[in-house]
Amino acid sequence: MTRDRRLSWINGLLLPLFNVLTAFIATGIVFLFIGVDPIEATKILLYGALGYDEGLGYTLYYATNFVFTGLAVAVAFHAGLFNIGGEGQAYVGGLGIALVALYINPAMSSWIVIPLAISGGLLFGALWAIIPAYLQAYRGSHIVITTIMFNFLASALMVYVLVNVLREVGEMSPESGDFIKVSWLPFVHDVFASFGYKIARSPLNLSILVALFFSAAVWFFLWHTRWGFAIRAAGKSNEAAIYSGINPKKIIVVTMCISGALAGLVGINELMGVQHRLFLNFNYGYGFGGIAVALMGRNHPIGILIAAFLFGILYQGGAELDFELQNVSRDIVVVMQGLVILFCGGLEYLYRPVLIRFLAPIKESK
Amino acid sequence: MSDFFLTSVLTLDASVRVCVPLIFAAMAGLFAERSGVVDIGLEGKLLMSAFVAASAASVFGSPWLGLIAGMFASAVLAMIHGFASITYKGNQIVSGVAINILASGLTMILTLAWFKRGGITPTLQGEERFLSITLPGVDIIDHIPILGVIYRELISGHNILVYLAFAIVPVVWWVVYRTRFGLRLRAVGENPKAVDTAGLSVEGLRYRALLIGGILCGIGGAYLSTAYNAQFTKEMTAGGGFIALAALIFGKWHPYKVLAACFLFAFLQALAIRLQGVIIPGVGEIPVQLIDATPYILTIILLAGFIGKAVPPKASAQPYIKEL
Repeated sequence: MTRDRRLSWINGLLLPLFNVLTAFIATGIVFLFIGVDPIEATKILLYGALGYDEGLGYTLYYATNFVFTGLAVAVAFHAGLFNIGGEGQAYVGGLGIALVALYINPAMSSWIVIPLAISGGLLFGALWAIIPAYLQAYRGSHIVITTIMFNFLASALMVYVLVNVLREVGEMSPESGDFIKVSWLPFVHDVFASFGYKIARSPLNLSILVALFFSAAVWFFLWHTRWGFAIRAAGKSNEAAIYSGINPKKIIVVTMCISGALAGLVGINELMGVQHRLFLNFNYGYGFGGIAVALMGRNHPIGILIAAFLFGILYQGGAELDFELQNVSRDIVVVMQGLVILFCGGLEYLYRPVLIRFLAPIKESK
Repeated sequence: MSDFFLTSVLTLDASVRVCVPLIFAAMAGLFAERSGVVDIGLEGKLLMSAFVAASAASVFGSPWLGLIAGMFASAVLAMIHGFASITYKGNQIVSGVAINILASGLTMILTLAWFKRGGITPTLQGEERFLSITLPGVDIIDHIPILGVIYRELISGHNILVYLAFAIVPVVWWVVYRTRFGLRLRAVGENPKAVDTAGLSVEGLRYRALLIGGILCGIGGAYLSTAYNAQFTKEMTAGGGFIALAALIFGKWHPYKVLAACFLFAFLQALAIRLQGVIIPGVGEIPVQLIDATPYILTIILLAGFIGKAVPPKASAQPYIKEL
């Protein structure tokens, strides 16, 4: 193998693998520190997530959310942008979905209402990203800071809307009324039942197909369209992009819109698929989880699907841990997210010098 | 009139209390960002130190040991941030996010493992927390109208960390603008190459800045759980680290202006609590969420250059790579 081949193997496969392993080992150390046997914990976790129908259903249901936010972060990363605002975009996207699902004519067909509601999520998610994008592109304010601020604005806005506008008269809790039935996405167990197969009930619904569709769409868009090429070019080198006639400002705005729209889809799984109403903090943690998923999945849709599935396992298995062991709660998943972001993101190059020295050393002059 | 006056003084008093962790965190951010390292992880450091301080204070029965433990925990997180973003030249924002999430998860896991309670530590009793100090002369000045109330309610009756917070701002100013270290700190944030050429260690300076920041953040966190409150509760920082970040930008990375921004944002928070459900004649009820959101809105407007311009240190967010 030539040295270049070896280097690309190191960067593309070994490094991410080592990073993920380190995050796992670090989590194991946290387990030991709190007096839990990591091997036993892993067994419980895996059984809870994959061992039976219902568990698997939950795992895939959680994974669906992570696919959306993971794709959102990844698209922005390709343009060299760090969209830390997935949390807020997902939240406001939920409002877009709810407005359609609450007020549309109930006599309409699901075939029209569901795509409309999905578009509502896409649109509102994109809207929540477009201001930070515009400010970054045309006013020079840093996208990371503005998207953080927009997360807080989203949360203030949603509390206001839920408490003062969408809450039904006489209700105490800040949540909307039920969505109109034609906007509900069918549960997978109901779909299976209609074909005569019986599987356990779980919140898994057809949004998972939407997630797969958008994974494919993002892949096609980024690697097989002119715009996708422009985004990746601008992300690699601004100067080169300008030189080849690409307008980086436009790229920022378009990329962030796509990113925000994807994050806005969390609501279709949580709201249209499961809860059928809008409520506070339905988005909680998925926006930040998306950062871990994108970093772990190396910003590629296939990597993201795998990473999202893994985080689905952790979420569902974490619930099982909570139930089985006294000393640990599902917050261990949050610790693990943090460790994944640290080792796959911040400390991305930790092992590079060592790996290069052993596997692809620079040859002494011939 | 006197009612309105008393309410105003009490609101200002509440602002002072809310302001303290913001000041510590913002000063911490100031050191980091002046050295060219963006610190998104202020929130996580505040939270972690709040938890560790409350735990140590409860176990050892002393708020001072709690404070030291909190400073240590926060400094450890700051060093992790430094290791990733200075030594390994990783993305500073990513590692800051990692610290926030890590702190959020670890505090939850450890409250359960150590105290068998999800998300809270035991309540601190009496001397286990920082108590308020009554300044001398309250009885004498109390008889003077207006001044008496201001002295009694606003100036006296805070705990030691409150006074420390306000005292530390001029110290930070002095360090940043009047010492050799401060000069180098500002230089390394603007033009690390020049600092390197002058034979100084860019990495060393940045590590020191982060360490100072970690310690300051640690005091802010300890204040939250051992002075302002008497225990750690889940996510008790409630975005304070991000408000501090906003104040840092709003104050344009200058200690006194940052202090003013912290106080403004704290005042808005205190006002939001005060105005809950109050109907103002001619205006109606102001939505609390709007007041809550004001610091963020103001910062966004400022960042966009619509009122003045906030220009961060030039080298911020860029790892320094030595040319060979």
